[in-house]
Amino acid sequence: MSGRNIGEVILDLNNISLSFGGVKALTDISFNVREHEIRAIIGPNGAGKSSMLNVINGVYRPQHGEIILRGEHFANMNSYKAAKAGLARTFQNIALFKGMSVLDNIMTGRNLKMKANILQQAFWLGPAQREELEHRLKVEEIIDFLEIQHIRKIPVGRLPYGLQKRVDLARALAMEPQILLLDEPMAGMNVEEKQDMCRFILDVNDQFGTTVVLIEHDMGVVMDISDRVVVLDYGKKIGDGTPDEVRANPDVISAYLGASH
Amino acid sequence: MTASESGRTSSSLDTFPRLLLHHAATRGDRPATREKYLGIWQTWNWSEVALEVRAIACGLAELGFKRGDNLALIGDNRPRLYWAMCAAQMLGGVPVPLYQDAVATEMAFVLTDGEIRFAIVEDQEQVDKLLEIKEQCPCLQHILYDDPRGMRHYTQTSLQGLDEVIAMGKVHDKNQPDFIPGEIAKGSPQDIAVMLYTSGTTGKPKGVCQTHETFIAAAQSGVGFDHLTDQEDILSYLPMAWVGDHLFSYAQALVAGFTINCPESGDTVMTDLREIGPTYYFAPPRVFENLLTTVMIRMEDAGALKRGMFHYFMAVAKRCGSDILDGKPGVSTADRLLYALGNVLVYGPLRNVLGMSRIRVAYTAGAAIGPDLFRFYRSIGVNLKQLYGSTETCAAVCLQPDREIKFDSVGKPAPGVEVRIADSGEVLVRGKLLLKEYYKRPDATAEAIDAEGWFHTGDAGFFDEDGHLKIIDRAKDVGKLADGAIFAPNYIENKLKFFPHIKEAVCFGHDRDMVCAFVNIDMGAVGNWAERRGLPYSGYTDLAGKKDVLDLVRECVEQVNVDLSHDAMVAETQIHRFLVLHKELDPDDDELTRTRKVRRGFISEKYGVLIDALYSGKTSQFIETQVKFEDGRTGKVAADLVICEVKTFPVMKKAA
Repeated sequence: MSGRNIGEVILDLNNISLSFGGVKALTDISFNVREHEIRAIIGPNGAGKSSMLNVINGVYRPQHGEIILRGEHFANMNSYKAAKAGLARTFQNIALFKGMSVLDNIMTGRNLKMKANILQQAFWLGPAQREELEHRLKVEEIIDFLEIQHIRKIPVGRLPYGLQKRVDLARALAMEPQILLLDEPMAGMNVEEKQDMCRFILDVNDQFGTTVVLIEHDMGVVMDISDRVVVLDYGKKIGDGTPDEVRANPDVISAYLGASH
Repeated sequence: MTASESGRTSSSLDTFPRLLLHHAATRGDRPATREKYLGIWQTWNWSEVALEVRAIACGLAELGFKRGDNLALIGDNRPRLYWAMCAAQMLGGVPVPLYQDAVATEMAFVLTDGEIRFAIVEDQEQVDKLLEIKEQCPCLQHILYDDPRGMRHYTQTSLQGLDEVIAMGKVHDKNQPDFIPGEIAKGSPQDIAVMLYTSGTTGKPKGVCQTHETFIAAAQSGVGFDHLTDQEDILSYLPMAWVGDHLFSYAQALVAGFTINCPESGDTVMTDLREIGPTYYFAPPRVFENLLTTVMIRMEDAGALKRGMFHYFMAVAKRCGSDILDGKPGVSTADRLLYALGNVLVYGPLRNVLGMSRIRVAYTAGAAIGPDLFRFYRSIGVNLKQLYGSTETCAAVCLQPDREIKFDSVGKPAPGVEVRIADSGEVLVRGKLLLKEYYKRPDATAEAIDAEGWFHTGDAGFFDEDGHLKIIDRAKDVGKLADGAIFAPNYIENKLKFFPHIKEAVCFGHDRDMVCAFVNIDMGAVGNWAERRGLPYSGYTDLAGKKDVLDLVRECVEQVNVDLSHDAMVAETQIHRFLVLHKELDPDDDELTRTRKVRRGFISEKYGVLIDALYSGKTSQFIETQVKFEDGRTGKVAADLVICEVKTFPVMKKAA
């Protein structure tokens, strides 16, 4: 597969509006994501970036608007449908099983792909065994890919933050997603960890051809690795385009630097 | 295979490729190489390895690699890099392993100096480095990479995957099956087998050329000395460019037929060590030090019962453990019983955690090992011994015989090696294991090997009454205090470094009236210590400047002074003042060599201000230093360093 041939629109969001009671989190937002591209969502605190991701993978249900994924309309998306459709995500506040080993955590990412029934699993019968070996191989490939062999057996809770983030990414990758949603993958990392993470995201995009939608605060990172950027402010879309276009957009500049009145 | 054929091969095992074929013929099914990949140990037996090597050799030949060409190898210990070494030798070429963590500019020197046309590298990281310096190295024509990850978009014509080259080689081998046997037959034991670059403690690195004959002789003497067989398992994790790794993982492995095991990655060595449980183990002192530090940190976090038990039995082991290992008489029955109990409760499990349960012989070399550190391993039943040698002498000048272990000597000359002490105190070596020459440096060769064939090691040492060689320090580092007392900085630094909290130390005192020291704290150990005390810190520099940390280091230094005061020879060189450096000494900043030896000259120049402050009686000094990050960028670290005074002790006269 050639990774970096950006293709057709794969995910289309039309006129999405989301409110919690009287608070309008998102107002009439439309944008699309093309196959194999890295799409960033940026904006100041409280702009609605995480809400946007939550809408995409069905955690929140928007009051208005529709999600079109590979031509299919999803009026009410939910997490299960999203996962089935090849969407995987990582979380801003890492949501791993702290007491479980890195390996087991990543294995949970294979859950949807496991076919053996509960009896076979419980008694470790042939199909379950074969299946486990298959999934383990896939997981080991991801471990190798993300260079976390040395922490394979360590409970996640004992790992430093930067590594936990990497495990979070590993679990998402274990689903072999077509679209990867990353919620601030580099928050709270030092320069070196950020560089590593950037490299991994680019590698994932390049090697597997995975489409990436990411939220990020670090402007340097966003401008470096994304193909297109959408900018939100107070739940409204104020910019959309290539990094250079967005950088030159006066609305974006005023949202970030404050407007002179 | 007919009798006459096998007779011929065994009678001429005088080059490494011939040794490989011999193993493939005689123990084809024994595992030769293992590597952990995707969480599982993958195994290649000797027959398979011979085929792989042959395919690489043919592939290289197809690309134009000829007799006399040099092949650079850059990367972590990967099976295919070891195989490529042998492949180059099959074709009459010379493998030149480079330190994989060297920055691009350092590599440029070796690549130019070694007139390298071909390089086999591990991965994208190394490819990037070579592409960066390709302009400066006009010879470099082919770069082959082992791991294709991330390489899809590289379009340079000089780049090729090792997989393709091997595939090409297999075709070549099929079409010309007589090519490789012919090339192997052309090889002579006097050919240069490998070129290892010196670490460059002094000046620019020099290429040390060793022949098949010398390295095989050195390996045979070690194998015979410790009765090693083809049943040994070793973990190959040390830099391939280091003579120690070349001796153990390549030369000895091919001579005796060991199985070499390549770890999954640099970070997993501890786990891999446990899983493999090597029978023969080699590590520089720093690795043993790190292992011990990890154990000590974990012990401090253990429960009171476990901790109490550990300390009690470690005291028992210290008292009688190494005597029992040496089979010395005079250990009381009570102690023997206690030691046996300790073996079940503490030493056995500890050896298991360290991955040393199966070890028959372990060696350390590369730097002087602290006597306490050495004693620790022997006392828990690990047969750790020291050896002495250098790149120029195939790392096999002196070895400690079993049951004749001394903490402060490096043992007796190996069979067939002559050792003499020059009038200046320098150690001179003569024998089969000497280098053929420094590459393209007849001047340096002439300087190192005198007319009578003695090689000047540059180390200062002496023989004790039992004929054991003792190395004190580098000959040029041994100095004198202003009042004439002998000052051997390494000796004091090693004492300091034994404390788990101290990672590195540099002592000054030559031509001065007292000894002062720079200290680097160990981030892991001190960080853990600070955490348990609820001491907040933001990073290395901050932690190193904390008053509590300084007090901790002061205690260590005082303990060293007490030790020094027991020995009249060195009692004058107690440390009077010290400071804790604001950054870790780092090879990237040229402060350490790639083998992590302190570059004294460079450090005293770079930190001249601090040395002046130490000797001028100031209580603090501001310093700003440039540092190089791993990606090659630079930054600045600045701090106000506090200078601490330490208590010194009067000389204690000890009986005996």
